[in-house]
Amino acid sequence: MNELIQLNLSSLTGRKYWRSLNQLADTPEFRQWVEREFPEGASELLDSGSRRTLLKLMAAGFGLAGLTACRRPVEKILPLSKGVEGYVHGRPLHYATAVETCGVATGLIVECNDGRPTKVEGNPRHPFSLGATNAFQQAMILDLYDPDRARQVQKQGVKSSWAAFEAWWLEQSAKLGDGAGLRILSPRSTSPTLESLKAEIAKKYPQSAWIEYEPVNFDRVLEGARLAFGQPLQPHYRFDKADVILALDCDFLGLDTLSAQPVRQFASRRRPEDGQELNRLYAVESNFTITGAMADHRLRARASDVAAFALALARQLNVTGAELNVVNQPADRERKFLAAVAKDLLAHRGRSLVVAGPRQPAEVHALVALINQALGNAGQTVSYTRPPYQPSDSLAAVQKLAEDLAAGRVSTLFVLGGNPVFNLPANADWAALFRKTTVVALAADENETWKAATWQLPEAHPFESWGDVRALDGTASIRQPQIQPLFGGRSALEIAALIAGRAERRGHDLVRSFWASQWGAEAEAKWKKALYDGVIEGTAFPPVDVKADAPRVFAAVQVALKPAPAGVEAVFYPSWHTFDGRFANNAWLHETPDPMTKLVWDNAALLSPATAKRLGVKDGDVLEISSGGRTARCPALVLPGHADDSVSLQLGFGRAACGRVGRGVGHRVESLRAASNFWFGPAEIRKTGATCRLVTTQEHHTLIEPITGLKRHNIVEEFTLGEYRERAGHGKHESHPPTDLFPEFDYSKGYQWGMAIDLSACIGCNACMVACTAENNIPVVGKDQVARGREMHWIRLDRYFSGEEDDPQAVMQPMACVQCEKAPCESVCPVAATAHSPEGINEMAYNRCVGTRYCLNNCPYKVRRFNFLNWNKDIPEIRKMVFNPDVTVRMRGVMEKCNYCVQRIEEKRSQAKAEGRRPIRDGEILTACQQACPADAIVFGNINDPESRVSKLKRQARDYSVLEELNTKPRTSYLARVRNPNPELV
Amino acid sequence: MLEAVLSKLGLPGYEPEAARQKVYGVIGDFDTPEDLLRAIRTARAAGYTRMEAFSPFPIHGVDEALGAPRSPLGRIVIVFALIGLTAAVLLQWWTGAVDYKLIIAGKPLFALEPSVPIMFELAVLLSAFATVLGMFHLNRIPTYYHPFFNYSRHAGASNDRFLLAIEAQDPKFQADEVVRFLESCGSRHTEVVEA
Amino acid sequence: MADLAIDPRVELNPPLVTGGMTYSDVTDKISSIVEGKAPKQWYIAMAFAVPLALLLFACLGYLVATGIGVWGNNSPVGWGWDITNFVWWIGIGHAGTLISAILFLFRQKWRTSINRAAEAMTLFAVACAAIYPLFHTGRPWRAAYWLFPLPNEFLHMWQNFRSPLMWDVFAVSTYGTVSALFWYVGLIPDLATLRDRATTPIRKTIYGLLSLGWRGSATQWRHYELAYLLLAGLSTPLVLSVHSIVSFDFATSLLPGWHTTIFPPYFVAGAVFSGFAMVVTLMTLARWIYGLENLITMKHLENMCKVMLATGMIVGFAYGTEFFIAWYSANQYERFIFLNRAFGPYAWAYWSMIACNVIAPQFFWFKRFRTSIPAMFILSIFINIGMWFERFVIIATSLHRDFLPSSWGYFTPTWVDIGTYAGTFGLFLTLFLLFLRFLPSIAISEVKGVLHQQVSAGHAVHGGSH
Repeated sequence: MNELIQLNLSSLTGRKYWRSLNQLADTPEFRQWVEREFPEGASELLDSGSRRTLLKLMAAGFGLAGLTACRRPVEKILPLSKGVEGYVHGRPLHYATAVETCGVATGLIVECNDGRPTKVEGNPRHPFSLGATNAFQQAMILDLYDPDRARQVQKQGVKSSWAAFEAWWLEQSAKLGDGAGLRILSPRSTSPTLESLKAEIAKKYPQSAWIEYEPVNFDRVLEGARLAFGQPLQPHYRFDKADVILALDCDFLGLDTLSAQPVRQFASRRRPEDGQELNRLYAVESNFTITGAMADHRLRARASDVAAFALALARQLNVTGAELNVVNQPADRERKFLAAVAKDLLAHRGRSLVVAGPRQPAEVHALVALINQALGNAGQTVSYTRPPYQPSDSLAAVQKLAEDLAAGRVSTLFVLGGNPVFNLPANADWAALFRKTTVVALAADENETWKAATWQLPEAHPFESWGDVRALDGTASIRQPQIQPLFGGRSALEIAALIAGRAERRGHDLVRSFWASQWGAEAEAKWKKALYDGVIEGTAFPPVDVKADAPRVFAAVQVALKPAPAGVEAVFYPSWHTFDGRFANNAWLHETPDPMTKLVWDNAALLSPATAKRLGVKDGDVLEISSGGRTARCPALVLPGHADDSVSLQLGFGRAACGRVGRGVGHRVESLRAASNFWFGPAEIRKTGATCRLVTTQEHHTLIEPITGLKRHNIVEEFTLGEYRERAGHGKHESHPPTDLFPEFDYSKGYQWGMAIDLSACIGCNACMVACTAENNIPVVGKDQVARGREMHWIRLDRYFSGEEDDPQAVMQPMACVQCEKAPCESVCPVAATAHSPEGINEMAYNRCVGTRYCLNNCPYKVRRFNFLNWNKDIPEIRKMVFNPDVTVRMRGVMEKCNYCVQRIEEKRSQAKAEGRRPIRDGEILTACQQACPADAIVFGNINDPESRVSKLKRQARDYSVLEELNTKPRTSYLARVRNPNPELV
Repeated sequence: MLEAVLSKLGLPGYEPEAARQKVYGVIGDFDTPEDLLRAIRTARAAGYTRMEAFSPFPIHGVDEALGAPRSPLGRIVIVFALIGLTAAVLLQWWTGAVDYKLIIAGKPLFALEPSVPIMFELAVLLSAFATVLGMFHLNRIPTYYHPFFNYSRHAGASNDRFLLAIEAQDPKFQADEVVRFLESCGSRHTEVVEA
Repeated sequence: MADLAIDPRVELNPPLVTGGMTYSDVTDKISSIVEGKAPKQWYIAMAFAVPLALLLFACLGYLVATGIGVWGNNSPVGWGWDITNFVWWIGIGHAGTLISAILFLFRQKWRTSINRAAEAMTLFAVACAAIYPLFHTGRPWRAAYWLFPLPNEFLHMWQNFRSPLMWDVFAVSTYGTVSALFWYVGLIPDLATLRDRATTPIRKTIYGLLSLGWRGSATQWRHYELAYLLLAGLSTPLVLSVHSIVSFDFATSLLPGWHTTIFPPYFVAGAVFSGFAMVVTLMTLARWIYGLENLITMKHLENMCKVMLATGMIVGFAYGTEFFIAWYSANQYERFIFLNRAFGPYAWAYWSMIACNVIAPQFFWFKRFRTSIPAMFILSIFINIGMWFERFVIIATSLHRDFLPSSWGYFTPTWVDIGTYAGTFGLFLTLFLLFLRFLPSIAISEVKGVLHQQVSAGHAVHGGSH
């Protein structure tokens, strides 16, 4: 039976799955299975055809809408008021909240339409969001409505209830005594409330142990600080203050930071107009990350050689005073690079910054701390505070847990979220170990851990439950729910309270009482303010003034840093699609291409062209990667600019127990990942002979044409700082487009919308793509259809490599409809379905479109998207709750494309009108992509207003239009990418 | 009204005036186009004026011999061509520049250049209809009754025979005389044809 | 003007009607095809054609029910086989009109025995072509009437008459209508012949009704001939306009490889080229099925071979010009697109096109090939294939690699693409076979006219029979 389902579902990924859902649901086996594994009604839920479901969900929808309203008196959650008094039907409400990933918290604002959370935005008040978000935060909303979420309390797969569980816990806890047999395994949490509960539990069960584990963690950073300063400290970088930045295997613009802050700070120094000196970024890395793509100089090095580089640098800068012996001699190119970097750093004492990635051993972090200190950066560009959570060596802790479980010393194991069975180090067979004891698993979906557990408890989504978090600098926020738990899930907090034997069990009471205890007198007012602002004032930790102990670091380094063994090594990275697997059932993220490889719906073993050639490997060849007797299979993908003799693997794929979207997507590499090579380690690579079709949205095309070998201009413009200054001297260059055959249409009156995109700032992080997907109800088409070139994204990120294949540079270019004033698409449409608004927006009338696709052919930017099939067919009703009510869901056979979020323009227009017909203020309207952008690279506004930000940008010397010579007069123009190379390295 | 329609269709009992007379005329049957032409010329010389020739294919010179006027079809067609042309201009101008204005690619609401193809096509379309319907009208087709079909050998006219009819309306018409006359011209089979 | 039927200047040597046929022989020979039993070959052909036609309807049904996604079309290649086939079929049609109208105006008597079939071919080709503009749209149920200037229920919007697709709508529908009228007018006298020969009441009624009571009187012939002349005069600029306008779909766009002023003449020449190839293919078949050697003589076929040679050269010249202009324009995108045609991923299609359209017709320099039925049959088929590739190359190669390298793609057809195309052949053949079976496939009265000139020019002919 189960095989059969596996069979059915494994064939179903993304688009395909949505479409064949009906026919699937109709096979009797599937119905049975559904009935068994899901609560009653689930089968109708899956069968989107059923009228009953429709009514039920409409009812549910309204019910929920009501619920949020009617529970407000009981548990007060306050809207980030936008002058809305009370509740106006159809007008969205915005609530501040916060989420955390791997112990990194970010403040958010969630838009709710009639009680449905529909869109996530950053909270401008939150220091680590600054109003922006990353792709994952944008996509979280989809997980809320995932029909495959855990829905039902179960005991070994048999339907049960919370009451039954609590009853069981009562007698079980009685047997626990001092808790010698009690273990609690949870993801990294920064929640102060949970911290207090932990303390209570520790008091109640002195012998128990609480283990925090994250497959992607920053333990080594804190450990490095402990080495350097004697105490674990959280480093805080000021990229906006640094003129010279060296990133050692640190993707601080991408997946190694989970908040917008560093990006915003870094980008603020990439705009030559601002008067400040342009910063210069050096990157040393094995994988080609988006940080590497932003770097002015990039050195390819295996992850294990980065330590050697750091050491060599430390020696060059003579930071320890003593003579460090460099482990292995760097090659000429490296030496040249090293010398230049060292010189540059020294030239910018106190205004430079060296950062190392979480993959690097503690010693490297210690060394980096020492270097920053030696360069006088401490207190300037880098400061330290206590970490937002109790640091612990989670690897050691889980090792210990494995031993305890094996030895049968554990009677009860709570797993409060996460998916440890899937992503714990492969040293032990965790599924088997879990069966040796009573495991209570709180899980968001029916994942591997859920399957291995005794008690299976549905976890509430962060948007469904109360909680609190601390940002990296300690700033605390209340996490307020946006909606009643859809499937009766509970939060880790609530389970912890149960374990601690607290009287109050509900998240709201727990959080509220904790903070009340902190605030004392004016708790009520502060509580309201905290909910309103999304941040709690004065909770940030003060920076600690510490001095790195050079000799100790020296000693540690001498012992720890051995010459890296030659040969191929495997490095583990989180993935842009699933992060560490937690987003494995999120179709939006699967369909959003990896920024560098442009791969969708898969992970791959990334190799450098040279290594691939040496191993005789082509794209899609399935490799067997083995290390220490453990193996993983993964298809190869050649990535220009990747370090040689290194293979980059992305975590979080090949989920066996997962929803229908993510099941069987990609290949699991966690099986290769043990404590010894947790981040990287030597590995053997073998071709299996099998192949796997990898689908990318963009080939490795450069701007150099094949056949002719000519470079294409007027697409991406790049200057060095020198060239830019020269150009700026002459003012904005005016090219001379051919004179028009007929009089211009008069766009001089009223609002004239336009956009400027800064290629110097854009880091290509995908946030805009997912934000657009969420805002504009953009459908998911699935791997197969993407392979046919039918992806639907209104904004895409074009990635162009330049330079030689082995060590290229890359540039990202967000490309959406540029709203040509002389739109080639308009004149060819026979039914006038696409025409211009008087405000200069190229609008699509979906219900007029007959779908000739002529406009698509005639669009030089190829930003138009056609509904080749009915992408929205068979979407489960619950999944439909994520739709933005302000945007039409397009039917089959019509064309669609970006329209500058016209619904947002109209919203502000009517608001301005309501507020006494005042003009719309500059910056009042934010397009979805602009609002999400952590780099603030996208600026939208009225180009008729010379004072508007967008007008000012368009006057910059580096402003240009893509394919200007076509004279299409785009409203979206681009600011050229300015690089700041070190003269000594060019 | 109905009368008119039925008689146009020439249904039995509603035959048109001409047909109601008991004699349509005399028809003779010739071997070759040349014989036919000769016969026509002789008949004209003999003073006959109301004649009609029937042949499987058009014969050069028959019209002159019969002294028939030129066909007015050309003039009809010109008129319709102009109507088509104007209609096209009005259609494109009114829909685009008057009734429903849209900014399309920043182009003028109406311009002559992009209107030319449709102007041309509509002109041709209407001319073609005018040509065919005009020809039908001038030839009085469809008419499913004609006394000519009472001639026993009328089928020859669509195969390989060349017929000459001298009609009853001819002032000089005398059935027996005409029969003799046609035979003298070399008619293989001469008949007085009932109307 | 009205005396075109006899023109002493006409070159009558070698005779266009051979075997010493008389008027009644002509009548008998042609009518017998309609009156007698259909030969075995006809049934074989139908057995092949009808299932194919059904496949077409199956594919279209599936397409409408599921969406354009069942084809290989994608972004950037928004048009694939759909428009390729549309242009190809429209092109096929052109020879018909050319033969019946232009050759008529040029007093090319040799057209008489082939023009009827050629016109029928035009009609059926246009019918096949017309399928695509409708069904290639995402929502044909809307396109079916939103593309015509009717006040509609939605927003009371009108069409955008700047769009070449609108021009297409007018051009193709006008072309179809006029061709149909021309064809029917030509049929009237022959239908009268069939009426007069009819033995069964059913035939008598049907042909009687269709022939509209035609009598063949001098008066009727007078108006008739002028009408025919006028239709010919109208069709001639029309046929030139149709493919010019089809070419505007591409020429007025801004896509490199499409945005080309040479397209109108180049497309028309190509249309005539492929059209004649198709006529030769069909005529050689009809000749074989019905033994019409005396009516469709070697002179006819040889002339058509000459036309193919000429138009083939024009097309080849156009290919050359395109490359020259691309180079001469110094436009990077323009240069690239043409080099990409010849050496890019679609080189295979490009070189097949060259082989079929430029190399193949060269054989017609030699009389041996111009007068060998098998040779011209095979070559004509090659030319048809070549002209299909020409359209495919223009559409696919220009689209798959345009301005932004990030959006480059490739087009691969699906079984539905192939089924739809094969299906149109089925429809075309079915219609054509039905035409051969039930209507005079050769213009009886016109052939007699030509025969009469041979008589007067002194060629042996025995007088009418009694």
